[in-house]
Amino acid sequence: MRLAVIGAGAVGSSVVDLAGEYGHTVTAFADSRSAAVAPAGIDGQAAIERKETEGVVGDADPEDALAGEYDVLVEATPTTLGDAQPGFGHVEHALERDRHVVLANKGPVAERYADVRALERESAGEVYFEATVGGAMPVLSTIADFGPDKITAVRGVLNGTANFILSRMAAEGLGYEHVLAEAQDLGVAEADPTFDVEGTDAALKCVIVANVLAGDEREYTLDDARVEGISDLPGSALDLANEDGRTIRLIGEVTGGEVRVGPRLVPEHGALAVTGTRNIVQLETAHAGQLNVSGRGAGGPETATAVLADVDRLAD
Amino acid sequence: MSDSTEEVRAYTVRLELVDRPGELLRALEPIADNGGNLLSIFHERGNVTPRGHIPVEVDLEATPERFDDIVDALRDEGINVIQAGAERYGEELTVVLIGHIVDTDLSDTLSRIEDSSGASVRDFSLSAPEGRDGESSARVRLAAQRGETEAAMDIIHEIAAEKDFQVVEPLTAGDAA
Repeated sequence: MRLAVIGAGAVGSSVVDLAGEYGHTVTAFADSRSAAVAPAGIDGQAAIERKETEGVVGDADPEDALAGEYDVLVEATPTTLGDAQPGFGHVEHALERDRHVVLANKGPVAERYADVRALERESAGEVYFEATVGGAMPVLSTIADFGPDKITAVRGVLNGTANFILSRMAAEGLGYEHVLAEAQDLGVAEADPTFDVEGTDAALKCVIVANVLAGDEREYTLDDARVEGISDLPGSALDLANEDGRTIRLIGEVTGGEVRVGPRLVPEHGALAVTGTRNIVQLETAHAGQLNVSGRGAGGPETATAVLADVDRLAD
Repeated sequence: MSDSTEEVRAYTVRLELVDRPGELLRALEPIADNGGNLLSIFHERGNVTPRGHIPVEVDLEATPERFDDIVDALRDEGINVIQAGAERYGEELTVVLIGHIVDTDLSDTLSRIEDSSGASVRDFSLSAPEGRDGESSARVRLAAQRGETEAAMDIIHEIAAEKDFQVVEPLTAGDAA
């Protein structure tokens, strides 16, 4: 397949880097200011290096990438809230040209799911978005395999930054601010960690799952989620939980039409008490009990792996 | 993988047995065979149902996963299971409260939970590293009567809203059975 990759962060760059290994050709690669476009395939390594050294991926205009020759548009620009732009516009552009879309950007399917589905119905192109929930973990494809109507609840740890902070606080008896600073030094947490520690990122993932489970019956956005973060949790709360064989994790839940994210008590050695940046999702199935999917929920190559799995689904 | 690490909980199953020798034993075997720990058996011999069956109430401990297997095994044996899991006898509920717990009248908080929900406080633990005037955390373990855990949680949320506590709730292990 010929790919146009929009977004040159960790995920977009990893898709460009790994595409050849999966048998695909990158014909366009763009960040917000520049693009590299070549119908026969761009020099991915050169573009990635140029992004690192000069801050641009090539000499072309980003519009040229969108208008170029490709079978699949890979949307890997940052997630934005509200109107989900410019990601949504990119999806619209590709679908209007009857091209497929693979999203790594959560915005369009978390904030404008019905709009995306309406555009998809009018298009010969299809939209896949495995990478938006749980990085490398096959969460949405597992739901698709079982059938969304055979999944009764989904819950899990869906943000590695928050989980890293909570597991360090519990293991070392340290306070939130201390562990956050450490996480920032290690590059696990962003300079502005609000999106992760206030539960917004986990909530967006849960909203996407809720949209998939609901089919076209109801559209969910962030406004439908009840969200609590971890930044007000004192170390003493984790100590007390620990005395009782429990720990606290930031858990996202989609059950009975409700979307909820917040710190919850879980058994210390239970499946949900994953440590560090590991993620886990538990699916309650109608006839097959509980199913756990655990793995790396973020990261460039990890998320790119999910993107390329979607591209392979489109190629079949 | 999670089978051995899931929390053991107490459950009540209500069965209806045919009045015939050996039926009680036949009903208990699937529980023991599937890793359930029998706590008590209440055999209401004098109280026959309209269909002429004998109601039996069995309290047991098991992990949520094993409990599912137990209920399935009972049904496979042709035992009539009237009620399973939905009403858990003596269910324990642990919550962590965060906020100004000490200087917002701790005993009022605890007695209101007990008075208005039918739950009793089994265990209470406080951590106040900043002293009594600062923010503290408390772990409260409640033993709720059957079907009362939701009422207990409602009261806790009501008090929390009033006294500006953050509540860390337990995650319920799905809608088993």
